[in-house]
Order: sequence, then C-alpha cells, then structure tokens
Amino acid sequence: MNSQYLPQNQDVATRFAKLKDRPVVLDVRNLTKGFSSGGNQHTALDRISFQVFRREFMCVLGPSGCGKSTLIRIIAGLDTPTSGEILLDGNQVQGPGSDRGMVFQSYTLFPWLTVKKNVMFGLRMSGQSLSVAESEALEWIDLVGLKKFKNSYPHQLSGGMKQRVAIARALANRPRILLMDEPFGALDAQSRAQMQAYLLDIWKNVDVTILFITHDLDEAVYLSDRILVLGTNPSRVSELIENPVPRPRNRAQFTSATFRATHHHLEELIHPPCAEVQERFPIPRMTTIGDDVE
Amino acid sequence: MSSTSPPNGERSTTLVDQAKKQTRPIDKHLFRKNLLAPFSPLTHLTQTVMVWLSFLLPIVVWCIVSYVPFVWHPLIKITDPSKVSYFKPDILVEKKTFALENEKLGKSGFPPAQGIPANPVFLPAPHEVVLALYKSFTTPPRRNGEPWLHESIWHSIQIIFWGFLWSSIFGVPLGILCGTFPLISRLGEPAVDFIRYMPAPVFGALAVAVMGIYDSPKIAIIFLGTFFQQVLVIANTTRKLDTSLIEAAQTLGAGRLQILFKVVLPGISVDLYSDMRILLGWAWTYLTVAELIGTSSGISYFINQQAKYRVYDNVFACIFLIGLIGFTTDRLLDFIGRGLFPWKQNQNSGFFKGLFTSNSKALET
Repeated sequence: MNSQYLPQNQDVATRFAKLKDRPVVLDVRNLTKGFSSGGNQHTALDRISFQVFRREFMCVLGPSGCGKSTLIRIIAGLDTPTSGEILLDGNQVQGPGSDRGMVFQSYTLFPWLTVKKNVMFGLRMSGQSLSVAESEALEWIDLVGLKKFKNSYPHQLSGGMKQRVAIARALANRPRILLMDEPFGALDAQSRAQMQAYLLDIWKNVDVTILFITHDLDEAVYLSDRILVLGTNPSRVSELIENPVPRPRNRAQFTSATFRATHHHLEELIHPPCAEVQERFPIPRMTTIGDDVE
Repeated sequence: MSSTSPPNGERSTTLVDQAKKQTRPIDKHLFRKNLLAPFSPLTHLTQTVMVWLSFLLPIVVWCIVSYVPFVWHPLIKITDPSKVSYFKPDILVEKKTFALENEKLGKSGFPPAQGIPANPVFLPAPHEVVLALYKSFTTPPRRNGEPWLHESIWHSIQIIFWGFLWSSIFGVPLGILCGTFPLISRLGEPAVDFIRYMPAPVFGALAVAVMGIYDSPKIAIIFLGTFFQQVLVIANTTRKLDTSLIEAAQTLGAGRLQILFKVVLPGISVDLYSDMRILLGWAWTYLTVAELIGTSSGISYFINQQAKYRVYDNVFACIFLIGLIGFTTDRLLDFIGRGLFPWKQNQNSGFFKGLFTSNSKALET
C-alpha cells in the first residue's frame, strides 16, 4: 500500500522507521460504511484500513464527497460503521467518549459559557472538582494564548480564536487522539496560516496524536507526518504517503523542491489530469470592446 | 480647494478637517438616508420618534373621530326637542330621522328641533375614557357586591397565573423531553397534536361538572388551552438546537443526563424564554372564555356588566388596562431576559429599544 514515489532519502527513511516503532494508538480495520437512500445502496467508505502511531500527525486528504467526514465521525463514535472495527490502544471503541477529542469545522463552543467554562466543560463532565477543573482550564487557555479572553463569551471572539478555544477544550480532556474535521475550513487565508502554525506549536509541546482532515493540499503537506489519501466512488485508501518535508516546518518550505514534489504528487492523485475540455459552453460574444481578450 | 496651493502639511490638515466636517453632523440627523432602505438599521433618534408615533397615531385618529364634528359623527344628540313627541334632551337619533322630523315640523309651522352631531354611545371620546378610568378607582360600583375594576382585573390575573403555572409545570419538561428523545416524541406528540385541535372552551361544561363553578374550572380551561400548544412549541424549539453542540458534548465525555441538563437546557433557554412570553399571550386569549364558565367573574364579567349598563367608557377603560398589563408584563419579561442571558447576541433588538434600554453593546474585541 505504501508506494514510494520519490527515491527516499536516508534521513526520511529512518524518520519513518522510528515513527513506526512507536506504539499504535489508533487502528482502523476494514472500515466500511454504506448508506441506502431510496432503495439505492451507496458505499461511502470501502474497507478502509490504517494505523496511527503515538504522537503522529496524520492528515486525511481527499476530494469532496469522498467520505472524509464520515470516517472521522465514525472514529469519534458519532456514526456507526456498517462493518469493520476501530481499536484505540488495542480496545474496541463503542460510541463517543472523551478519549477521542474532536474539533469540528463549525464552531461548536457552547454559546452560553465563557471561554473558561467552555474549556472546563469536559473536565467537569468527568467529575473533576471545580477548583481543579478551573486551574487546569486556565493552563490550557494560556497555552492557546487566550488568557485575556477567559471571561469572554464565544460570540465576542473571532473565528480563529473560537477554534483555539475548541482545541483547548478538546485537549483539556487529555484525549489519546485529537480528531480534527477541517477545523480551519471556515477561516480566512491569513488566520488559517496563523492557526496552522499554532497547531504545530501545540502539537510539539503537548503529548497528543492528531488525525486531521482537510481538502487543502498545502495544509496537508505543511502539517503532516503521513498523509492518507482517499479516492471517491467508493472511497478507498488510494495511498498512504510518508511526507518527506523535514521538521521543524516553516512557511518558507512551501517553495522547497520536496514540498512542491509532494504537493504535485498529491495533486495528481486527487485531481487526475483530464483531457483538454472537449465541450465548450455556447457563450455568445456579449462585448464589443476589449477585443484583445483571448 | 483654494486657488493658491498651500504647503503640504497645511493641505493634509484641511483634508482631515473636511472629513471631520462631513462625518460629524450625520449621526444626529433624522433623515440621513433613505428611511425605507430594506433591513437597514435606524438611528437612535429615528427609532425613538417611531416608537412614540406608534402610540400617538392611533390616539390622534381617535381624537379626530371624537372631536372634529364633520368626521363621521353619524348621529344627532338632541338639545331642543321642539314638538317631536319622542325626542328628549340628550337622546341620540339618526341624522335621517332628525331631518325627516324637522321637515314635518317645518310643514306644520313649528320651529325645528335642535341638535349637535354625535358619535354612537359605543365610541366614547378619549377624555371620557380617561375620566372613567379615574372614576373606576374612586367611585364604588353601581350595585352592592359588584367588584371594582381593579378587583376584577386582579381576579383575572390570578386565574391566568395559576393556569399558566400549572401548564408550564407539566408542559415545559414534557416538551423538552419530546424534543430531546425521539422515542418520547413519537409516544407523546401525536396524541397531543390530536387534542390540540379541540378548542379548549368545549371542555367548559365538563370542567364545571368535575371541578365546580368557581375558579378551578377557569384555571383548567387556561391550562387546556395552553398546555398542548406548549408541549409542541417547546418540543420544536428543542429540536432546533444545533446538534453539533450535542455531538461536541458527547466527544467531551458527557452522558445522557449531562447532555440534557448541561447542553439542551442552557442551549434552548433563550428560545424557551421567548416561547413562554408568546404562550403567556395566548393564555390571555383563553381568559375571556374561561371566565364565562360557571359563575362569571373577572374582567369578562366586568365588561359584560358595563356593556349591559351601556357604560362604554368603562368598557374601554378596562380594555385599555388589559392592554397595558399585557404590554408591561412583556416588557418586564424582556428586561429580565436580558439580565438572564448575558451571552445572547443582538440584544435589545425589540421595537421598544429607544425607550427602555440604554445602548449596552456587546464588548467588541
């Protein structure tokens, strides 16, 4: 399954050999999800199998409609698979739980709670005392740099800040794996870049494994250790790529040869080069000036 | 733009001054832009003016109809009956009859009867209503044992209060449960939906048979009228809660009861509160029917009684008081609501903004 598309540099090969020596946190085995709508059987996920190792940052990439979100929702326990199993630290998972934290694309902060109370939510659910929950929550808020806003309500925050709170809220539960479903999809380009850097910083400093869904190729290459590429109709694993771009990452690498090569390879996987557009739309000429427009 | 070109520094200050000049007076100006631009917010001043106008305009129309003799005034109030046998001073006759009788008098050589244009007895003038309002608190009722106006209203308020309270005690939890758990919804809502279409008043006779003739059946009617609507409305409100919030809570380890009490309840509280305000208004509409069941009482009895005496000033005074009570309660609840839900966005979006609230804008970051 792990096809090599570039002659792997020795450094890169050792890096991934070391990665695969770590214990497996998440083990997805033959996961299949079918929907039936109006008598039509539709397979959203077809026998997906992969493993995520401890402290790994894995991105799941695929064209829209390939079932990325369904996959992560099943892992979170919010959907049930038709067949197959999911093991977390070797134990089969049943339903949602605090061992798998989730950050959604839509802002899911509780609007009636302040930033601090939002982050405390999971800790309180698991029966922590108020004082312990509060002091831990403040640490996590500090970590995402929102100490000044601890008593603000979500509607007073920008989109990026909301997602930072959501990350702090998920991490406060100390999940085994952090599931992120296109968390920066709704942000503008600038805050998106900022959030990616933040996330890498957080990941470096916190003992957490991340499974990150995106449809943005740059984002996937910039963040990930390995990239799981899904195809469509039905969705299978088309490739599991070991990202050769060295760490620590920075935005200057976007123009490096390795980065571009990885990006290009992903591009070909996701948008296969299609023949010259055969059919042209019959658009009549509606302008008389600017005839130099081709 | 002056003809001599000033040095650079001076020119930039004049540009800033010009910009200031342009922006300063605009804010206070009532007609700064097209007032009917769709969805565009009004200035504070415009809003205040409109709020006052919404109350003043109907009163002005009422005054015109009452005090300008050539507007409407379909009747004649007799001042001098002359020789017409059935004309008495101060009685109201139709203009046609008046003209006809005067024609007859003219033929027989008598002086014509005199009269002034008047409105029907059911439309008292504003000052008469104000006077009646004042008198209702100062002069005792016409007959011994009849309730004062304020006693009638207080009785009605109590009926509403207990009916609505009992309805809410059962309706709110049931509604929330129906909205949260599809199983309970399937079990409860079809029956509720069926009963909802039976008008509450049809249970009147039954309520009297079971609960006697005094206040209990009246409270029961308010209960029946409110409860079934309440369950459905609140169930719908609960279902509208963003499911991703529940999913987020689940991934944070919240159990079933925790989701119910820590996510669903606070999540719907704002909408629940405004539902309750609307439902309270509905409870008032059932009041009139409820009060005519068994022994009549409260404002409905008062209004009926006054209408029998043809004292329409009192009827209007009473109707006005009911409106005032409803309006005040709603504003009060709105005001309390603002304190209850500090996280709510777009606060003070109510139409009465200009009068009751200082502009407490959400903290901008």
